[in-house]
Amino acid sequence: MTAVDVSSVSRSATAADAPQKLRKQGKRRFGADAAAIVIALIVAFPLFWMVLSALKPKTALDAGDAAPYTLEPSLDSFGRVLGVNNFGQYFLNSVIVALVVVVLSTVLAFLAAVALTRYNFKMRTKLLIIILVSQMVPVEALTIPLFFLLRNAGEAIPLVGLNQLGSLVLVHVGFSIPFAIWMLRGFVAAVPLEVEEAARLDGASSFRFVRSILFPLVAPGVVACSVFSFISTWNDFLFAKTFIISAQENQTLPMALLTFFKPDQNDWGAIMAGSVIMTIPVLIFFVSVQRKLVSGLAGAVKG
Amino acid sequence: MTALTPVLPDAPQGGTPSKGSTTAARKSPRFSNGKRGLEPWLYLAPAFIVLIALLGYPIFQLINVSLYDYRQAQVSGKAPLNFVGLENYQKLFADPQFWTVLGNTVVFATACVVFTLLVGSSLAVLATRLRPWVRSMLFVVSLGAWATPAVTGSAVWLFLFEPTLGLVNKTLVAIGLTQFEGYSWTYDKWSAFGLVASEVVWCSFPFVLVTVYAGIQAIPTEVIEAARIDGASMPRIARSIMLPMLRPIVIVVTIQSIIWNFKIFSQIYIMTNGGGIAGQNLVLNVYGYQQAFAASLYGLGSALGVIMTALLMVITLVYLRILKRTGEAL
Repeated sequence: MTAVDVSSVSRSATAADAPQKLRKQGKRRFGADAAAIVIALIVAFPLFWMVLSALKPKTALDAGDAAPYTLEPSLDSFGRVLGVNNFGQYFLNSVIVALVVVVLSTVLAFLAAVALTRYNFKMRTKLLIIILVSQMVPVEALTIPLFFLLRNAGEAIPLVGLNQLGSLVLVHVGFSIPFAIWMLRGFVAAVPLEVEEAARLDGASSFRFVRSILFPLVAPGVVACSVFSFISTWNDFLFAKTFIISAQENQTLPMALLTFFKPDQNDWGAIMAGSVIMTIPVLIFFVSVQRKLVSGLAGAVKG
Repeated sequence: MTALTPVLPDAPQGGTPSKGSTTAARKSPRFSNGKRGLEPWLYLAPAFIVLIALLGYPIFQLINVSLYDYRQAQVSGKAPLNFVGLENYQKLFADPQFWTVLGNTVVFATACVVFTLLVGSSLAVLATRLRPWVRSMLFVVSLGAWATPAVTGSAVWLFLFEPTLGLVNKTLVAIGLTQFEGYSWTYDKWSAFGLVASEVVWCSFPFVLVTVYAGIQAIPTEVIEAARIDGASMPRIARSIMLPMLRPIVIVVTIQSIIWNFKIFSQIYIMTNGGGIAGQNLVLNVYGYQQAFAASLYGLGSALGVIMTALLMVITLVYLRILKRTGEAL
């Protein structure tokens, strides 16, 4: 997976990787490798168990089958999950909300990051501190005022009222922006001033420079920060639970998953299958973004 | 976020007026000197309009609501709205359950922060000594844990620790520890917290691993070479060169971990089924939510939200203050 090699592309090797060291530490390195493999297996185990349990037949699960393999993999659990009313709808809702949030929040955060890194103005530091502090407010506590805000907003603009996907989009854009600005700052600051001056000498307006030169240069950062907004939106179940009260057709995926939790008898096969379905898009996003990152970074760093 | 990789070394620089932090990478001045008065505000405007509407105003409202007696009757307009000043706060401070919950939060979050940082940074150091394919494997697996949504992560961990069907109890019984037959990990307060904490550490150490590893990678080889030529030993290099250079990253990672872990909600809510038996596993965040939406005590719930925010700010400020005293700030 290219994902991992970001740093080796962007930077030269560390001292620890220098060849003389390799030879000296041959034995220790073996120990380190072995330890790392064991750790990697432990870290991967819950995910492995999730996929495995999703594939085990229901009878085996109910009998408490603890074997680390299954001889008769079945897709029954997936069938039960997909058979839930509206499951496809929930999935689609989650995708729509996440994608809209990603696009909106990255664009807004990018523009703000440009202002906060490439311009020096009086309020700059204060604004940065405000952004840091705004991350500390527990999102969950704000569900109370947001609930009322959206209820009132819905009367004016139905699209963003309670029970609408628009309400989730709005809220998540708001919560994604501070961290996105915080992250993008570094990328935007890393583009040398000379590039900007050259563009200006060539007659580019400020906005032209931002759009046609700066944006492509920091694209990897933009993509990276989009992962974060994507994950936090995709994972959210609290807002969905609180704001989507009666319109079940606008519910999102995590809530669908929670319907399989029953006080007396959890349907673990279905829960695991649902978990697999829910985790896969995030993994895909992660991995695909990593690729772009590597190529983009190599260019951005040299430029 | 692996994305942070190339940037983090200088990211903290802009955070505060960048005194003292002289990063070798940056040679040119940060800002061009053109006078462009309004321009930055144009770029800021869209984001800030959204932030003011969706964060600023709700925060103001949160404080506002916390000063009222605001219950279901007031929401539906059947009863008049009563301004009660700090009464909600007084009620909370007089309630022993609040102090228990506060204690739970601090202990639980601190444990999560400490273990996340420990595991993440030791693995980052370990990663620098691995063969490339082993390192790749470690990173891919960690990314997997990182990418796992809180809801599904909690579900899987719950399943692993299920009293009768769970793999963990089965294994423990199989190796002769029969007292784990049907043992419920969520029944006892601290074992439940432990279970949630391990899930939290599992899905949050990768952030630390990736960022700290990137930081180690970003230390220019020449600096370390130079030190070695001057005769510095490896531990000496680690202490006198690598640690100081990693400092900004460690600060960022720590602050983020504190912010995230004090705000844990989903894991507690799902794994302990809304706060555990008789609310034994409540943390501030879940407690506030329950007060507001389960008990319809919106005023009280808001007061809890305000307290939570204040607590986080105090902790972060104290942390930054300590840092300032021991050396450079972020």
